Amino acid sequence: MKINNSAIIIVLYILFLMLPIYWLLIMSLKTNQEILSTFNLWPENLTFNNYKVIFTDPSWYGGYINSIIYVVMNTIISLSVAIPAAYAFSRYTFLGDKHLFFWLLTNRMAPPAVFALPFFQLYSSVGLFDTHIAVALAHTLFNVPLAVWILEGFMRGVPREIDETAYLDGYSFFAFFRKIFLPLIAPGIGVAAFFCFMFSWVELLLSRTLTSVDAKSIAATMTRTASASGLDWGVLAAAGMLTIIPGALVIYFVRNYIAKGFAMGRV
Amino acid sequence: MKKTRNQKAWFMVLPVLILVAFSAIIPLMTVVNYSVQDTFGNNNFFWVGLEWFEEILASERVHDALGRQVTFTAIILAIEVPLGIFIALHMPKKSGFWSSLCLVLLALPLLIPWNVVGTIWQIFGRIDIGLLGYTLDKIGINYNYTQNALDAWITIIIMDVWHWTSLVVLLSYAGLRSIPDSYYQAAKIDQASGWAVFRHIELPKMKGVLLIAILLRFMDSFMIYTEPFVVTGGGPGNATTFLSIDLVKMAIGQFDLGPAAAFSLIYFLVILLVSWAFYTVMMSMDKENDI
Repeated sequence: MKINNSAIIIVLYILFLMLPIYWLLIMSLKTNQEILSTFNLWPENLTFNNYKVIFTDPSWYGGYINSIIYVVMNTIISLSVAIPAAYAFSRYTFLGDKHLFFWLLTNRMAPPAVFALPFFQLYSSVGLFDTHIAVALAHTLFNVPLAVWILEGFMRGVPREIDETAYLDGYSFFAFFRKIFLPLIAPGIGVAAFFCFMFSWVELLLSRTLTSVDAKSIAATMTRTASASGLDWGVLAAAGMLTIIPGALVIYFVRNYIAKGFAMGRV
Repeated sequence: MKKTRNQKAWFMVLPVLILVAFSAIIPLMTVVNYSVQDTFGNNNFFWVGLEWFEEILASERVHDALGRQVTFTAIILAIEVPLGIFIALHMPKKSGFWSSLCLVLLALPLLIPWNVVGTIWQIFGRIDIGLLGYTLDKIGINYNYTQNALDAWITIIIMDVWHWTSLVVLLSYAGLRSIPDSYYQAAKIDQASGWAVFRHIELPKMKGVLLIAILLRFMDSFMIYTEPFVVTGGGPGNATTFLSIDLVKMAIGQFDLGPAAAFSLIYFLVILLVSWAFYTVMMSMDKENDI
């Protein structure tokens, strides 16, 4: 590869992005004593004890399991309601469609802080407080509009003629949808799923407000531990590193669509 | 693309409507309900009209938080948008291993849970155990984000740049990739300067996605809660208490339901107005592209 200005700028920028993550990584591999007493750029006595703590203590690894459960639930719910709606928005005009579309988007704009307390009361009153489904439903507030928006962008890219040809060939609507249309927009569905996963995974305020013990998310576990004992830096760093892994895996699978996905299919 | 008119399409939108009605309208109505009532406990509520709204609109505390919020969002946009475009312009042009690697590394900060982003920077900035804080301290710069308001601001801004600039980069990059090579060749023949290429070819092509980027960055930075909450907890003093942090303090910390609800509605309305303006511009541009 030819070394030029562009490469240097990109490398410097990526270094800036990676440095804090690197610091977290090496901290998770140090003992607490080493973290507090000496200042090293790499661990002197490599230790995996911090990770061992997380994998053996149910209150830690339970957090990951809870988070993954509600994130997956949320992704499935969001996509299954968003796909038909996005199809309707991309193919038909109907009474109030533009207003409806904007109203959906306004939910993406609602500050979670506004909804934290009402959500708490709503889910407590229907007996869903501290369950995975409560968090999954609460997260649909911002994920459904986003999924509709992304999918609509992708679906608009599929020419109408394909729909019409399929009907001429004798496909029923559902057969067309399942056998022809869904495979065509598979990348769009992948990207939408990625975003639902991402925003549900990174959210803290609602998941912390809606859970206490049984469905406590890893994010909540981390903040509570941080405030309670406060000084177990090694374990905190290890927990942080582990939260990065699912995201990194998901990025790897959709890497070819990321750029287009972030543009909501509107390029 | 031409669309057909079909009222039955409502049936396909219905599941979304029901779901969003449950998770948005009911809670929002609860907020509206609180915003016009007061209570002495025991679930005895009485009507107070617009009193809470008047109180919030006149409240110095809310004015200060709003001021900080607007300053923060303005700084964030002023740094992240130009920087994002700049980085996107220097990304590898050819798709292949290098560009995939860059994309994955760039996207990584976006997928870190927000409280972990906070934790990372909280650690990174500490003078005793963090690389940034320690280095600054060693070269003789007096830096302490828990004591000094300016340092706290700088830390939170760098953290947000670190966290979110990639979003602008990815969006701009997607826009750039949609420019056909022939445009650049034509520009070369005309001996256009680098600036002219940027101004007349690249910028117009990026306009649509840049608007999305600015809209998303505006919305999200205006609602920022978790990251500053973890790093500074709103302090030192109230120096980094942005709107969401203040609202959560009021609603869940002090349980002042009435004022908090009025605050919520005003807050939501501000975001909505700005976003609506953006959205209208975006949609009119979409229409131009379709023709």
